[in-house]
Amino acid sequence: MQAFCEWLSNTPLSMAIQNAFWVIPTVQTVHIASIAVVMSSIIMVDLRLLGMAGRSQPVSAVITRYLPWVWVAVLVLLCSGALLIVGEPARELLSEVFWLKMILLVCALALTAGIQRGLRGGGGFWEQRRLIAGLLAVVSLGVWIAILAAGRWIAYVEHG
Amino acid sequence: MTLHQLFASLEATPVGTAIRESTWLFPTIETTHVFAITLVLGSILIVDLRLLNLASRNRSVTELTREVLPFTWGAFALAAVTGGLLFTSSALKYSQNLQFKTKMLLLIIAGANMLVFQLYTYRTVASWDRSAPPTGARVAGALSLALWFGVMSLGRWIGFTT
Repeated sequence: MQAFCEWLSNTPLSMAIQNAFWVIPTVQTVHIASIAVVMSSIIMVDLRLLGMAGRSQPVSAVITRYLPWVWVAVLVLLCSGALLIVGEPARELLSEVFWLKMILLVCALALTAGIQRGLRGGGGFWEQRRLIAGLLAVVSLGVWIAILAAGRWIAYVEHG
Repeated sequence: MTLHQLFASLEATPVGTAIRESTWLFPTIETTHVFAITLVLGSILIVDLRLLNLASRNRSVTELTREVLPFTWGAFALAAVTGGLLFTSSALKYSQNLQFKTKMLLLIIAGANMLVFQLYTYRTVASWDRSAPPTGARVAGALSLALWFGVMSLGRWIGFTT
């Protein structure tokens, strides 16, 4: 991995990012704006699953309104995140916190896909499964918040 | 007492000193701050897109705002408290930082935009609650989007300039 980081940081794209001081902050800004879309959409869906917010609408309507935004934002996050890695390979790829974040991300995406798949069971699918819906919502919220926290802590935890 | 003295004494408080000297306090408060601002920005986006008639078009504006704005306010309160704590750790440095000062200015303008919207445009909401909002509401939505995105961007830039 060390060798890969070395190679990546010597590619023309990485050099270009390293030499333009504004690229990293700008890409990070896009990254955070996308996180805003993900976190807010996820909170709306999860709190609705828990029956704690948005009860004027059925669960299916809330999912249909917000989850497509999560997938689009995740795509933007993957692209902007990839650019940040190319710009500073060792900061991310040699960081344990970064890999923890990636594992959590896979879990979060699976949970989100699971919540969305419930709609195939018809309009009232989650309303009829209150317990599992609530559990999914709590775990999903926890995992997304952990991803956000891990992302910020990459900057602070020394890689080993 | 001048502002300079005020910021200096703020930095010297036990709270400011503790955050500055601890290895984990600053990142922990900062993480909470980032969590809060993502909710502020995202929840405002939901309302702004409705005002711009670009999303949630089938929903009543009053119902949507009643549902979403409590999150915005709660998250904003958390962002303000955590942001205040971060500021206290190096008040002098931040108070002289161009990005920080611009961010505060944009926050004030965003607040004014919201106030004008609430006091004038929103009064007629009954007539556009379930349809396309009038020009005034669209302008408020677009301004709000741009201003809050600006606030967030400048916040990120502070970390690269101090």
